Amino acid sequence: MREIPFEDIVEAVREMAIVSNSILPPEMYDALKKAYEEEESPVGKEVLSQILRNDEIAREEMMPICQDTGIAVLFVEVGEEVRVKGGSLKEALTEGVRRGYIEGYLRKSVVKDPLRRVNTGDNTPAIIHFDIVPGDRLKIRFAPKGGGSENMSVARLVAPADGREGIIDFVVDTVDKAGGNPCPPIVIGVGIGGNFEMSAIIAKKALLRKIGERHPDPYYAEMEEEILRRVNELGIGPMGLGGRITALDVHIETYPCHIASLPVAVNIQCHANRHVEKEL
Amino acid sequence: MSDYKRIKTPLTDEVVLDLRVGDRVLITGYLYTARDSAHKRLFELIEKGEPLPIDIKGQIIYYVGPAPAKPGHVIGSAGPTTSYRMDKYTPKLHELGLKGTIGKGQRGPEVREALKKYKAVYFVAVGGAGALLARSIKSVEPVAYEDLGPESIKRLYVEEFPVIVANDAHGGDIFEEEKKKYRIAK
Repeated sequence: MREIPFEDIVEAVREMAIVSNSILPPEMYDALKKAYEEEESPVGKEVLSQILRNDEIAREEMMPICQDTGIAVLFVEVGEEVRVKGGSLKEALTEGVRRGYIEGYLRKSVVKDPLRRVNTGDNTPAIIHFDIVPGDRLKIRFAPKGGGSENMSVARLVAPADGREGIIDFVVDTVDKAGGNPCPPIVIGVGIGGNFEMSAIIAKKALLRKIGERHPDPYYAEMEEEILRRVNELGIGPMGLGGRITALDVHIETYPCHIASLPVAVNIQCHANRHVEKEL
Repeated sequence: MSDYKRIKTPLTDEVVLDLRVGDRVLITGYLYTARDSAHKRLFELIEKGEPLPIDIKGQIIYYVGPAPAKPGHVIGSAGPTTSYRMDKYTPKLHELGLKGTIGKGQRGPEVREALKKYKAVYFVAVGGAGALLARSIKSVEPVAYEDLGPESIKRLYVEEFPVIVANDAHGGDIFEEEKKKYRIAK
């Protein structure tokens, strides 16, 4: 068994919370820059120039790109030969989130109860997805997720007969209805298969893929490109103020499913497409 | 694109009527922050016929829940939140004299009607540009509901705060008008 000290995990998560909220992944910044060059709408161009300037200020001053520093979403791969020394893994991850949001001056956006809505004051609990894998490493992927884009996300169990075309229409329609609300240009995570909850989890996971990277299966890679083309024909544009660039990328993740089902989840990510990863 | 229009708060009918969809505007003066929970509380007061903690006549409400200020800063990142969640409350506030709101995303028909009826305007600021927008905010004072944390009502003094007119008092809607120009899909 390999032992990892509790405090090392806390510190890693604390740092990930602060860094992910202030520094956009470089390929995302480059994609926004390319969007600025390609956008034809003058209002859209103005919006993109403000977004780029904002991302530069956030990086230089280490301040949040967006005031909505999200609910913390963690995908954690735990090696079977890893043991946490001095506490539990879940507590260490939670403590890291707590310290990151308090010490990093990040906004606390979590309420303790969905209906009574009293703020927990430290942005915990986080949403943590664990996966047990072979080996002695601990891999943490951290993605703060804002409310504006999450609110425009939809899961549906379509009929298997609706197939590929039905899914494409559903994704395009979801983006069309969302309009400017999820802060376009967006990234679209599509989870296909699994069951009700699995489709949503893999849609979220799809958002962690690097911008510009295609699905390894050419069938789905082509489908990603088709959805992207169709979404960019909607005219929604940056912040919904009209234009050619509504989405920067589409990522599909799939999972086997029941013979009767075809679950599809569309998770929308705003242009502040924040995520970092670390291996301990 | 046209140059910026510079306006000062509080807003008059004359200033509002001069604003047109697509105008790029720089606002100087006071803005009040309020989002979901603060609107809910304001509405409870209105329903009970009690006075509001702020005089909204001629004012602008900014839908924002800022991030905390780092030492030496007046405020943390402070970009707009999505406006439709406040649609239910907005017409009544315009009836009571509110002249403008700042947020992001489209408004419903009830808000667009109220803008015409009460001569008011809806601006959008760039969502997710919180670090940039914070630079235009020069001071922050707590006003009400501090227990709501990021959702409390604050009075901000802003200088040349950049916004775009999304819905004007003449019935214009930037989202519908601009989308048509670039839409290829049916």
